[in-house]
Amino acid sequence: MSVAVVAAGGKPRAVWRRGILASRKGRWGFAILTVLALIAIFAPLLAPHDPNAIDATQILHAPSLAHRFGSDALGRDVFSRVLFAYRVSLTVAVGSTLVAFLVGVPLGLYAGYHGGWVDTAIMRPIDMVLALPAMLLAVALIAIIGPGSNIATLAIAVIYMPILARVVRSSTLVVVSQTYIEAARARGTRTRSIIARHVLPNAIGPAIVQATILMGFAIQIEAALSFLGLGVQPPTSSLGSMLADGRDVLTQAPWVEVFPGLAIAITVLAFNFLGDGLRARLDPKGVSE
Amino acid sequence: MSDLLTLRHVDVGFATDEGTVSAVSDVSLTVEEGEIFGLVGESGCGKTTLAMALMGLLPRTASVAGSVRFGERELFGLEAEEFRQLRGDRISMIFQDPMTSLDPTFPIGAQVAETITAHRDISKQAARARALALLGDVGIPEAERRYDDPPHRLSGGMRQRVVIATALANEPSLVLADEPTTALDVTIQSQMLDLLRDLRGRLRTTIVLITHDLGVVAQICDRVGVMYAGQLVEVAPVADIFRTPRHPYTQALLAALPSEHQEPGSLRVISGRVPNLTSPPPGCRFSTRCPYVMDECATVPPLAHETGEHLIACWLSEATKEAAHPDHASTGGAA
Amino acid sequence: MSPRARYVVRRLFQAIPVIIAMSIFVFLMIHLVPGDPVQTMLGFRATPENVATVRAQLGLDHPLLSQYLTWVSGALHGNFGQDFISHVPVSTLLAQRLPVTIELTLLSMTLAVLVGVPLGVRAAAKAGAVRQATEGFVIAGIAITDFWLGIMLVLLFAGIWQVLPPSGYVPFLQDPAQNLRYMALPVLALAFGEAAYILRTTRGAMEEVLGTHYVLFLRAKGVRERRVVYRHALRNAAPPIVTVIGIQFGVLLGGAIVIESLFALPGVGRLIVTSIQQRNYVVVQGGVLVVAILFILVTLVTDLIVGWLDPRTEEGDAT
Repeated sequence: MSVAVVAAGGKPRAVWRRGILASRKGRWGFAILTVLALIAIFAPLLAPHDPNAIDATQILHAPSLAHRFGSDALGRDVFSRVLFAYRVSLTVAVGSTLVAFLVGVPLGLYAGYHGGWVDTAIMRPIDMVLALPAMLLAVALIAIIGPGSNIATLAIAVIYMPILARVVRSSTLVVVSQTYIEAARARGTRTRSIIARHVLPNAIGPAIVQATILMGFAIQIEAALSFLGLGVQPPTSSLGSMLADGRDVLTQAPWVEVFPGLAIAITVLAFNFLGDGLRARLDPKGVSE
Repeated sequence: MSDLLTLRHVDVGFATDEGTVSAVSDVSLTVEEGEIFGLVGESGCGKTTLAMALMGLLPRTASVAGSVRFGERELFGLEAEEFRQLRGDRISMIFQDPMTSLDPTFPIGAQVAETITAHRDISKQAARARALALLGDVGIPEAERRYDDPPHRLSGGMRQRVVIATALANEPSLVLADEPTTALDVTIQSQMLDLLRDLRGRLRTTIVLITHDLGVVAQICDRVGVMYAGQLVEVAPVADIFRTPRHPYTQALLAALPSEHQEPGSLRVISGRVPNLTSPPPGCRFSTRCPYVMDECATVPPLAHETGEHLIACWLSEATKEAAHPDHASTGGAA
Repeated sequence: MSPRARYVVRRLFQAIPVIIAMSIFVFLMIHLVPGDPVQTMLGFRATPENVATVRAQLGLDHPLLSQYLTWVSGALHGNFGQDFISHVPVSTLLAQRLPVTIELTLLSMTLAVLVGVPLGVRAAAKAGAVRQATEGFVIAGIAITDFWLGIMLVLLFAGIWQVLPPSGYVPFLQDPAQNLRYMALPVLALAFGEAAYILRTTRGAMEEVLGTHYVLFLRAKGVRERRVVYRHALRNAAPPIVTVIGIQFGVLLGGAIVIESLFALPGVGRLIVTSIQQRNYVVVQGGVLVVAILFILVTLVTDLIVGWLDPRTEEGDAT
């Protein structure tokens, strides 16, 4: 077990838990996210109505006992719609960040560990991608491939991957300069082994913090893409497409617009809190942004 | 010579999550005009905190008690603005690390001139001229050319000279020097000390030199005060401190200094650890490590005159016992 | 040449390969479209004759490399081709649209900086009520999606109070007052989030600087606190703040797409999105390239400003 992880108290899982529970912000973030995750998972059980059930008698009703968040222009229950839309949005957000993490972290690790031309070869194209404004890149990708929630997931992953690769590379550079790495090399340990057992556990902290925060923003990006019609396609709804729907009835029925937006805000907040909480433990030097 | 600085029963505490840290406890001492007073003790003994208290630079979490008379003024209780007017003008402080004491984005000459314009209503040119003169005084070669240099062009020793120039710009009566030589090479160290001594001679500045280095103390201090864990345990002229240290802590400190007669592989250390200042031991704070500890040590021994110039706070001393219980003056059997 | 000038030139040269790579990527976009791009563009009008005509028009039957070189040399002369549907030169479209996006970006960033930096400085310098309030502002600014805020603002100002228009645009030179009325809500929506970021960065950077030894020494010199904070601390805290401002500036230039769509502002972002929906790839190419180059330039300028602020950069590349 690598030196630093041992110093932190043993298994990586202990570091994780102590990181979350260590600060108030982290605890709040974790708590809210757990609730939100449960809501997303159990949406079908929690929804009082079918989210797509059109009911001409219930058009644009204000929030009431029957419709906690009110009803929209087609008489659909906004509360149920938000629950199911949330599922979609959260899936895209988590999925895209995970993909970016799984691709970006190894790249950053290798670039940082080997340095030299490997570093240049990996980071140059990555820096190019970073040189483009994110939304533009996402929109351009969707322009090429076509709209859809899977493409949106891919687009966000493409935007995030360079960011995570960079963060990991920075922390890898720091780790690699430590003497315990030199010692491992001197013992003749294989490179793969060094990276997996010594570099990875110690360099991955800031990337985890960054990924957590990025997950929150991914919901906003997904919402923006779906709002423009470039993300989820009907009949599926995400929070973003609900925001587009709500616009049409804005003055008559503001609740259709308000609640999806609040759902997004609370989620971003929770991810940010969790990330900040983790930062104290996993990224004390603030390599992540 | 008159007393420039008089401290009476000064306490400094910090509010922390774990409770109140008692960093300075019941310190009373006087510093005479024109002397170089050494304040000695290991890291964390409260000497820097004490200096910061005298400058009014303590953080918001700090609370102070007691009295500090500087010349005619009472320092504790001054308004923030009044304190600011004193700082850099009547009292100056220089810090340990010259590499981090100067604003990296500001030319060095301007940083000296800034001290002047902060306290005097003079023109920029006049301030610049004076700053140039000061840089020359502290031994910066080609001051004119280097006036507009940013700090990173200067070596550590040069930067410390700039710091000293800044501190002395307005000819303060008192200079607090917190480990001014610790971060410097040994050769530069003695140059620095010579500089301080020379400036004291020319400007009649009083210097309080805070250090943990007894060698420095031996070189330039006139009198020395020894602190341990926030308490002042002994004050004496420098020769007396080295020749006849009375407090067990001072004795142990001096014994711990490596000497030529040392056996190889045997450094004398003081056993035990510095007490936790959130919950310090009652009475004398050295009692937990003192080889002569007695029951009385649970009460704080007052600082008393062992001889005219030598003060000590220890129950081993007759003077302390008398000061504490004047009616129990030892008459003993014989006269 | 002075070290500073050399640094500038060096950074300029470093930007060139990035721009070239960008142009290649943008150029390839049209050819990465699955299926035949021309058929997609023409849609239901895709008769074989039309397809052949358009192919020739766009020069798509030439080898890839020569197409690229034609395009690039055209671009260097300001010719990005023609809007496929309306036959308006793309450069004309861009010239019309770019000022709108730039105005939106400038106004939003200015407002964000004017709010964010002073509040950030005060939050760092004084504890207490100011700090708590800014903490709430930062949280709200980061969590609230900018276009949702825009919609809420429309609800309030256009729907309920009816004092500002919900969408639309009038050029500034035509009618400044009206222009500002139309810009008010989109600028507010964008500036809110930006200000929160800038505030947070400012506060963080200032806190770090205010804890340094040189600030302590400045206070020990008896320098007035105002001067310590603004003349010394802020100057030292500036690099990360300027960097964030620069990044946000670039992001807004290319990414205020949703806000432009929402408020029907005829800016470059909206142009690109509608062109995508129309499969008008020529316009997309030109638009993306221009925005990307602007973004790179903004990043470059930001780097240069940060380098100028820190005197240590002269001694080789300290950044």
